This record gives sequence, C-alpha cells and structure tokens, in this order.
Amino acid sequence: MILMNHTKTFRGGIHPHEQKELTENRSFEVMPRPKQIIIPLTQHLGKPAKPIVKKGSEVKAGEIIAEQDGFISAGIHSPVSGKVSKITVGSTVTGFPKDAIVIESKDANDIVLMPSLDPEKVSAEEIRERVKLAGIVGQGGAAFPTYVKLSPPNDKKIEIVILNGCECEPYLTRDYRYMVERTTDLITGLRLIMKAVGVNKGAIGIENNKPEAINKLKEAVKNSPDISIEVLETKYPQGAEKMLIKAVTGKEVPPGKLPFDVGAVIQNIGTAIAIYDAVVKGEPQLTAALTVSGLGVNQPKNLIVRVGTPLADILDFCGGVKENAVKVVVGGPMMGVAQYDFSAPVMKATSGILVLTEEEINDHEETPCLRCGKCVDVCPLNLIPTKLARLSSLEKFEEAEQLSITVCMECGTCTYTCPANLPLVQWIRFGKQRVMALQRERESA
Amino acid sequence: METTTANPTYKLELTSSPHVHSRWSTKQAMWFVVIALIPALISAVIFFGPYQLLIVLTSIVFCIGTEFLIKKIRKRKVTVTDGSAVITGLLLGLILPPNFSLSSTAIGAVFAIAVGKEIFGGLGYNIFNPALVGRAFLQAAFPVAITTWTKPNFAVDTVTSATPLAAYKFDKVFTSVQPMFFGNIGGSLGETSALAILIGGIFLIAVGVVNYRVPLAMILGMILFAGIFWGIDPVKYPNPLFQIFAGGFLFGTFFMATDWVTSPITSKGMWIFGLGIALLVVVIRIFGGLPEGVMYAILIMNSVVPIINRYTYPKIFGEAK
Repeated sequence: MILMNHTKTFRGGIHPHEQKELTENRSFEVMPRPKQIIIPLTQHLGKPAKPIVKKGSEVKAGEIIAEQDGFISAGIHSPVSGKVSKITVGSTVTGFPKDAIVIESKDANDIVLMPSLDPEKVSAEEIRERVKLAGIVGQGGAAFPTYVKLSPPNDKKIEIVILNGCECEPYLTRDYRYMVERTTDLITGLRLIMKAVGVNKGAIGIENNKPEAINKLKEAVKNSPDISIEVLETKYPQGAEKMLIKAVTGKEVPPGKLPFDVGAVIQNIGTAIAIYDAVVKGEPQLTAALTVSGLGVNQPKNLIVRVGTPLADILDFCGGVKENAVKVVVGGPMMGVAQYDFSAPVMKATSGILVLTEEEINDHEETPCLRCGKCVDVCPLNLIPTKLARLSSLEKFEEAEQLSITVCMECGTCTYTCPANLPLVQWIRFGKQRVMALQRERESA
Repeated sequence: METTTANPTYKLELTSSPHVHSRWSTKQAMWFVVIALIPALISAVIFFGPYQLLIVLTSIVFCIGTEFLIKKIRKRKVTVTDGSAVITGLLLGLILPPNFSLSSTAIGAVFAIAVGKEIFGGLGYNIFNPALVGRAFLQAAFPVAITTWTKPNFAVDTVTSATPLAAYKFDKVFTSVQPMFFGNIGGSLGETSALAILIGGIFLIAVGVVNYRVPLAMILGMILFAGIFWGIDPVKYPNPLFQIFAGGFLFGTFFMATDWVTSPITSKGMWIFGLGIALLVVVIRIFGGLPEGVMYAILIMNSVVPIINRYTYPKIFGEAK
C-alpha cells in the first residue's frame, strides 16, 4: 500500500536473485549429436509410450519409435539416425528410473519430416492432429501432452490464449532467447494455438526484466490488435498458471479447477515454438532447448540439444563442472530436481541444467519457527505454510486437508523465504501426497 | 560412460526443491534488531548518563547466562549465538528506569529468560514477550524502585523527574511534544526519545524484519481511540499526539509488539493485534490505576495471538468470497 505499483501482477511472491546475466545474451548453440541417445518412454504426464522398435532396429531421425498409448500420452520420435542397442531401465532426470530406448547414433544427417503446412490455411483439426503426431508436450515443466490442452471440453468457453513468457525461475533464459531470436515464429505459433482452440484473442505475459524481448514482441504485433503483450512485474512465481492468469485477466482459477474454467488456455513459449516447427517445418519434437547455467559450470550456455542426450555429455560440452559445485539441478532452482546420475538424459520438457555452488544455495542453520509470518505473506495462494508444514510433520492429515493443503502448487516460495530455514514446502509436499492418497481411498470406498 | 563428469569424485547434495534460499536467517534478523536498538541505547546515555550502560550490560549478561545454563541443564543445544537472548537483555534494560539497581536488573533478566522463554521450550515457543515478562515481574517485586524516575540531563527548571504520563495522571500536567520527541523527559532508559526509536523502527521496517502492519495499526489505533476521548473532552483527556509520544508506546510499537514469535502471522491478525494493543493502552492509561499501560496491553494481546491467528486465515486464492 505504501508503494503503489501499477505493473500487473499477483499478491505475494518473492524476488530471488535472477542470475539471468550468466546466459541471457548468449544465442542458442546447437550441440553436436551424442554417440548414444537414451529415450525414456515416460517423458510426459500420463501413460508411457509403447515402443514399436526392437533391439537391433535401424531408425532414422524423425521416425516414430514409440506410440502414444491412450488419451493422455505422447508418441516419441528418434532424434538421431542409428541403431537401437537395447531397451532397458535407465535413470531419468525426475529421479525415478524408467524404461528407455537406447540408440547408438550414426554419423548421418538424414531426417524424416512431415509435410509442411501453410499456417494461414491450416485448419484447427489439422493443427491438433499435427501437434499430436509430433509428440509435443508442454515445455513449462509438467510435460502435459499439448494436443489435450488444445482440445478443451465443449462446455468450456475459451476466450483467450496466453503464452507464458514470464520465465520467472532464476537462471533460465531459454524462453527469453526464443522470444528474442524467433519472435515472428513465436507469434505464428501463438496464432496456430488460437486457431486450434477457436479464439481470436491472444496475449503474451512477460516480466518487465526482459526489455529487449518486450520491444521485439511489441514490434512484431504492432499491426495485430488481437494480440497483446502484457508486461508484468518481475516476481516469482509470476509464471505459475494461476498467477499468470490473475495478472493478465484479473480472474482467479478456483482451487481444483483448470485454466479452462476461467476461459483461458496457457501455453509455454517453448511449446508455441514446437508447434510452429511441427506445423510449418514438419518437425516432430526431437530437440529440447535449455539453459545450462550456475556458478559451478565453466561455460554457461543456451543450447539446442537432441532429446535423449545424457547430462554428462552436455556438461562436458559446457566446459565441465567446477570443483566448488555442490548441486546439479534439472529445471529451475525453485522447482527443479537435484540429480545424482549424469547418465540421465534430457527429456522433451527439460528447460535447464544448473550447476550450483554453496554461495548460490545460501543454506543456513535451521532453527525453530519464529512465527514471523513471512511464509504467509509470500504464499501466492494465501495458504499458511508454517501451519501446513507443522501439521504434515505431525501427520495430522485431516486438519491439513481442511486448511487446503492440496491447493499448494509447491512453488517453494515459503521455504525460500523462511528465516528459520525450515523445509516448509518439503513437509507440505509430503503432507499433500498423503492427503491425496486419503482422498483416493475415500473415493474408492 | 567414460566422460569426465559422469561419476563425479566430489559429493553432490540431493535435496528437494527449492535449491536456493533468501538472505534471511534467524541470526541475521536478530542482529538487525540489535543494531536497531543502538540509537535508543545512545539516547539513554545522553539523557541519563553512562551508568545506564551498566544496567543494559547486566541485563544482557544475565539473559545470555540464564539461557546458556538452562540449555546445559536440559542437555539441549546451546543457542545463545542466535542473538535472541541479547535482544531480550537489551529490551529489558531499555525499559527499566534510569539508575535502577543492578541486582534487581539481574533478577529481572533471569526471570525474563527462565519464565518468559525457556519454560515454554525456548525461542519460537514462548507466548509472551520475554522482556516484558521480566519487566512485569520487576514491577510486582519492586513497585517503588521501578517507578522512581530521574531527571534527564538537560532538564530545565520546569521539567520534573516525573514521566509525562505520571504528570498527566496525578497532576493533570501536559508535557509538550518537542521534549518528548527528542527524549528530554523522565522515563525508562530507551523509551524517552521518540527520535531514536523511530530511527531504529524505520530501519527495521526498511530491511524487512518488521512488517509495517503492527506499528501502523498501533499508531492509527492510538489516533482513533485516544482521539475519541480527546474529542469528548479535550481538557480532561490527552490528545492523540501526546498519547503516542508519551511513555513506552513508541518503544512498544516498534520493538515489543513486533516481536515475531509473540505477534500474529496473518495480515488481518496483525491489524487486529495492533489495534487491540492501542485500545488497551488508552483504556489502561485513562481508567487504570497506573499511568502507563503499554506493557500490560502487549502482554494481554500476546495471550490471544493463537486465537487471532486461527480466525484470520486468509481466503484461499480463487475461493469464492
């Protein structure tokens, strides 16, 4: 109330060190093809894909090697030409080992593409079909199959497509590079999404710490009254779906509801680019764009790598890891996953690899809760993190359920802020899982 | 895999997200409070002489010692380096009258830590502000000594040793705002100089240790509640400005009521807490037997913080109003 801020945003949130300067001015580099590619069959939310190749099969880049299985699932294509050496259980960056197709790559540049479609003439149905065939999954982290999101239920009236250009996680600059380097492709991608879901209003939400991208986007849409560039306050988690919708449209997605329910479809910047590539270039999702950063890596970069490239190859390509590195994270520092096995491969939705040092992590001694209320103040969903964490640690799940523990999106804002350095979101995550298990039990009873 | 990074020789941390943490730590917040109290400490020395440093020092030493001993006896980790005992010692020292006896100070400090804090389990678990618990004990144990005031150093003839509140209560004499602002009045060590308190208080708000809501609610509450009485009879009742600058109100506003552990965690709760204290202060000052009421007002509101929290949980994002 003291500082009147007119930039659109949401209540709560934090301002972590952005650390974007490590990579924001580095153009994408395409990483050379690795010797071995490891393709987990679960790269998306939903059912694993079904392999259609066997040990010894010769595959070409762009060829489908595992089929979509069920409605919520996504097919997978070979990112290289080569030979399937095995289908086995392998480490993944999510921390859970999964079945994976291992391909020894050949030194060949042949690639199988789908026919190119004219973005002006293509129909909604064709777009959805192409997105499905290309195996595109959401690039925002959850890796939800994109064609499902492009098929909203008929009873929901969709009014707006919002591209999420916030990239509110520190370090990551992948979406930023896309916005700067592929501005017009991005706008075409947005138009394809708008056409697919049948709306004539589009927006790109972008934090005000990216002036160059804002200028380029504004320039690109200056003759398009149907697309607006929404400049938002730089604040974590501005890129969380609910926060983004609130900032752009002023609407709040109720607990347990989806963006559909307030008439919005949200897509990530990377997803819009993938859709463009699939429709216009005929490319299935074969690559992942990611930021390799952190003070513990020798050469921070923005990279385009083939899906299935092991982390170790990428870290080597970035000059290796410094001696003072203490943690390697896939994703952003707020919601990413710490890694223990560098043979794990990059997946379709991998957005970054961070090599962190003690200095960046800024760990302190843990003390009892001082009831300062900072976690309450910063929680964007208006939860009481300290209370929920305590209830979870005491296994009082019913009480935690009454206080809406399942609403928590695990953004980590509370833990980040806590002066007592308590693992608040970690306890809440545990409690939330137990509460959801109890709810499933109740439903099946 | 023969790549160099595949099997690192160094240890990697495997914890769940988030992987970065803010600059906040308990220790840092505590030391910010200590820094914020320095202007008030200086004002005590300026107006009442260097002996007052001994009072504060005694209070700090006995607070730390008591916490250390209790942790040792209970075989718990010694936590005196977190700075919280230093704060309690500083706060207690600064709300005692000038030239207070050192032995009584020590007793108050032991009581503050032992009964105010450690009995509940130590930092984070206490219900009442430990320094105020110590002060309340001394008020009961040494009622005369604790209301024996000293003339400030730069007192002109018209200034008495009586505090502005006592002068009002017993003699119906109003002190003007200017000496109260700088601190050239009778009162507890650190409570007389509004200027020194405001410097520290604004510093705490600026660095983010103190949320503005509690102090703002207290000051607005004081303007409102004292204003009502003043509006009814401006001769009989003091004006809101006097009420704000007199006694321990500002010190309590910025340093006592804002204690993290003993104040609410919700925004709405903070407003209710601050307004409640202001109301109680006005009621005690005007209707009570004592000239001052800040200490009891805060202690009473401390006791209802758990209930305030429970009934002021915010509406979940997206829930119907």
